[in-house]
Amino acid sequence: MTDTATATRTAPSIPLSVKLAMIFVVCFVLFALFGHFLTPHGFRETSLFHRLEPPGTEGYLLGTDARGRDLLARLVTGAQITLVVAIVGTVIGAVLGSLLGIVAAAQRGKTEAVIVAAIDVQASLPIIIVALFMLAMFDNSFTLFLLLVGLNGWEVYARLMRGATLQAKESGYVTAVRALGATPARIYLRHVLPNILNIALVQFTVNLPLTILLETALSFLGLGVQPPLTSLGQIMSEGRDRLMTAWWLTLLPGVIIFCLALSVSMIGDWLRDRLDPTLRSER
Amino acid sequence: MTGYILSRVLRAALTMLVTVTLVFLFIRLSGDPAAALVPPDAPQEVIDQYARAMGLDQPLWQQYLGYVGGLLQGNFGFSIHTGIAVEETFLGRLPFTLHLGITALALAIFIGIPIGALAAIRRGTALDRFVMGFSVFAFAMPNFLFGLVMILVAALAFSAFLGGENANVIWPALTLGLAAMGSFARFTRSSVLETINAPYMRAAEARGVPFGMRLLRHAAPNAAIPLVTLIGLSLGALVAGSVVTEQVFAWPGVGQLLVRSVATRDLAQVQFLVLVVAFTMVMANLIVDMLYLVIDPRIRAK
Repeated sequence: MTDTATATRTAPSIPLSVKLAMIFVVCFVLFALFGHFLTPHGFRETSLFHRLEPPGTEGYLLGTDARGRDLLARLVTGAQITLVVAIVGTVIGAVLGSLLGIVAAAQRGKTEAVIVAAIDVQASLPIIIVALFMLAMFDNSFTLFLLLVGLNGWEVYARLMRGATLQAKESGYVTAVRALGATPARIYLRHVLPNILNIALVQFTVNLPLTILLETALSFLGLGVQPPLTSLGQIMSEGRDRLMTAWWLTLLPGVIIFCLALSVSMIGDWLRDRLDPTLRSER
Repeated sequence: MTGYILSRVLRAALTMLVTVTLVFLFIRLSGDPAAALVPPDAPQEVIDQYARAMGLDQPLWQQYLGYVGGLLQGNFGFSIHTGIAVEETFLGRLPFTLHLGITALALAIFIGIPIGALAAIRRGTALDRFVMGFSVFAFAMPNFLFGLVMILVAALAFSAFLGGENANVIWPALTLGLAAMGSFARFTRSSVLETINAPYMRAAEARGVPFGMRLLRHAAPNAAIPLVTLIGLSLGALVAGSVVTEQVFAWPGVGQLLVRSVATRDLAQVQFLVLVVAFTMVMANLIVDMLYLVIDPRIRAK
């Protein structure tokens, strides 16, 4: 990625790989939004006469699953759910983590100690384990699942934003506005936040593909999005037992997940280099 | 140095205590444990009897002390489905997970780190671009897809069945280790690039130290410091990955046990496994912090 960065500094053109990634993401979003116009079937509509049709069958462009449901229609719905969970989940983590990080740095004292301890605990438990624990404790609902996916990576935002806020607090401009009599709310909202926001934005693009992978992995395990709803991971888990005879049921959603995660992380890497070249060696 | 060790051990103990407390609180929040144990049509007296036997009629802080005390004495509870002590089931499955996890970590270290170092030394060449491309690929590849593709390829090309206890460990290990391999390669590359251009490297070159010697004696120890952290951190990714990988390959390890226990809502088993994962991770972080004392003389000096 270093080569890309040097290239962008001299000539600010977008590298071909990033262009392709952007095209894929746009196509994916359009597919999720308007894909239903491509097929006459609903995503829950079964047909006993058209079970396990291979891709290319008339009326079923991408084939059907074991219950005769149109794979194309299911992929469209799955793409919608995956997209919604990924974006809402990443936003939850970003807002929660950033807020805690800023509060910790602003308040210091006991508040900070508690938040830092929480960060330590989260860092010692992979999020998928936390999610599995919660799903065993409480009834699986879409809201709970969304919140759990949203917890993904909050501790990274908290740590980054705490560091950045501490640094900002010591800087000249904060001392200056404080001397002018600005209220703490004004200092943090109007002056500190705009200065450290791009750190959270960069982390957002790093976190988004991880959230996509977390959602699809949990749904693949049968512990995420539950029928009758579906997601790309859930479609894969349903088709898994027929991998040898009906490969399209697992491989098509799988390849879409892979391309989506790949595209988003490539765009993220590029954005990170554009926004802040000093962050390049972070990961 | 004693202060450093003491503060790290204290921090680890505190993290573990907070985790245990949270697990306890969430189990209590999730509903009446006594009601969960008895059949749905059981009369209220039976539920009360269970509650008394489990100490649920005591105040919360007493229950908490009893819970922590029980953990310290090794009373981890029994599976509600099999009635077997949760640690026994866990220990029976541990060898499989260790076999898989250690093989995956070894693959990641012995492939990821050399190709990353090679990419840094041959910076800007096709090899460098290939390694960087590979690390991006490995980062975005969902392990369940990679595992399934591997099963499919093996079945179609070698007519071999991958899965179960008798399968070769190499396929699930490759699946599990892929992500770590990619991040090791990427991280090694940037770490080596940083050290390779450091002033002391030029000084060594000026003194006439041969190239291989410079890499091994001057660059490697400095590049290794962030790598130790990374390997410590990758343990979490390996634990998380093993949950999915074991499920894909029907590998009879701890990850499969966890998924099964969550699906059947075997709370005693789940909470024990979560505590084991937390304990392992806390210990791993502690070991990494102690390793710093050995490999980074700057910390010893403080």
